[in-house]
Amino acid sequence: MKYALLIYQTEKNWAEADEEQRRQAYEAHGRFAALLKDRGADRGGEELALSGTATTIRSGGLLTDGPYAETAEQLGGFYLVEARDLDEALEFGRALAELGDIVEVRPVVAYE
Amino acid sequence: MSAVEAAFREHRGPLLATLVAELRSFDLAEDALQDAFAAATSQWPGGGVPQRPAAWLLSVARRRAVDRRRRDETLLRYLPRLITPEARAADNDPEADDSLQLLFACCHPALGLEARVALTLRFVAGLTAPEIARLFLVGEPTMAARITRAKQKIRAAGIPLGVPSPHDLPARAEGVLAVLYLLFTEGYRSHRHELAAEAIRICRLMPPAPETTALLALMLLQHSRRHARLSDGNIVLLPDQDRSRWDSRAIAEALTLLDTPAPVGPYRLQARIAAHHAIARQAADTDWPAIAALYARLEDLTGSPVVRLNRAVAVAEAEGPAAALDLLDVDLPGNHHLPAARAEMLLRLGRTAAAVEQFDIALALAPTDTERDHLRRRRESAPGTGTG
Repeated sequence: MKYALLIYQTEKNWAEADEEQRRQAYEAHGRFAALLKDRGADRGGEELALSGTATTIRSGGLLTDGPYAETAEQLGGFYLVEARDLDEALEFGRALAELGDIVEVRPVVAYE
Repeated sequence: MSAVEAAFREHRGPLLATLVAELRSFDLAEDALQDAFAAATSQWPGGGVPQRPAAWLLSVARRRAVDRRRRDETLLRYLPRLITPEARAADNDPEADDSLQLLFACCHPALGLEARVALTLRFVAGLTAPEIARLFLVGEPTMAARITRAKQKIRAAGIPLGVPSPHDLPARAEGVLAVLYLLFTEGYRSHRHELAAEAIRICRLMPPAPETTALLALMLLQHSRRHARLSDGNIVLLPDQDRSRWDSRAIAEALTLLDTPAPVGPYRLQARIAAHHAIARQAADTDWPAIAALYARLEDLTGSPVVRLNRAVAVAEAEGPAAALDLLDVDLPGNHHLPAARAEMLLRLGRTAAAVEQFDIALALAPTDTERDHLRRRRESAPGTGTG
């Protein structure tokens, strides 16, 4: 099954992080991505720019500046992983959460 | 009881578990088993009861499932099937294995506690949604919706049927034990022996581990008192129970289970407390100082105010009501046992007015008629407050 690992982070921390902290964070994500590759689970993923750069569109075309929900934690990126079942997906999710953010594990709908 | 009813009671849980594991669909398993029992209801009275009712029901259910799947094929193609382990363990009892795998899926930590309890009762114990609704005093549509949502989550999120890996097993087993003890206490509290017995049956399926054994012993010890706990619909408290009516076989089994040394956990401490009660020939023989000490360790381990309450009751017996009353200076909002216990201590200290005040608080909070009747009788026993 395919799962999305959605990373929710306190944006303030990331916005205020210095260069060394960012370097360490990217290194940790590099190790996580390597783990996924080792297990044949890597199906892609992206880091998203801070939510302040988002534009939200509602039906009818109304545009608002900013993300859909103004919360302290914002979606900051995601990985797509292939896992045998939820237990394996949660194992990946736990490893990702170790890096310090909140991780939501969502199954991806499969069309046969 | 008719043969069909008897077969239903005895086999529905294991049969449902086997069908879910084979068909990899909760809904198809439920429908197929219902078909099989319907067939039994129409065929057994005239044609005779088969020699092996469970095997008969299983083969009919399998055939009906094939029919249903063929009929609904277009629909079912789009439903993800449940994820099951690739190979079945060959050396164990396959029926128990199916139940165990289903139990771990139903008690998966990705499900909410209410959903876990409902699913376990539906698919491991085999109770119907209306029966579960009555047990937990919620409406049938609410319970049916809760079970449907939980089934959907298991299927869509890919919660596997199967025993967790050795690495995950201890944490996952703890979650299962919490559900089983909740089922048991629900049955115990409301005097529904069948539910309590079902929790014990399911606990026996679990892989052996110290806290699992301890919980089994604890439930056996509490369950052993089931016939002595009620008299004419009234609660009989432990000291007043007719101990000859305790189930001595269940007690003996529990004491044997506790006999082997094991690391101390919450269930083991509770089981050892229950064992002290079980071995006292009469209430006066109870080793209260030992029980109070075990409760103190349990409170250290859990930090629970409910444990504090029970510890206070033991301390009252070991050291007297004044020491116990000091321990009851805690906060436990909405719980009627705390004011009831305070009232009993105050009564023993001769502080009648304060006792009656606490009985009134307890009465306002008590959830069942049986408990309210008991509290009223206790309040009326206070000097100067009798109605007679």
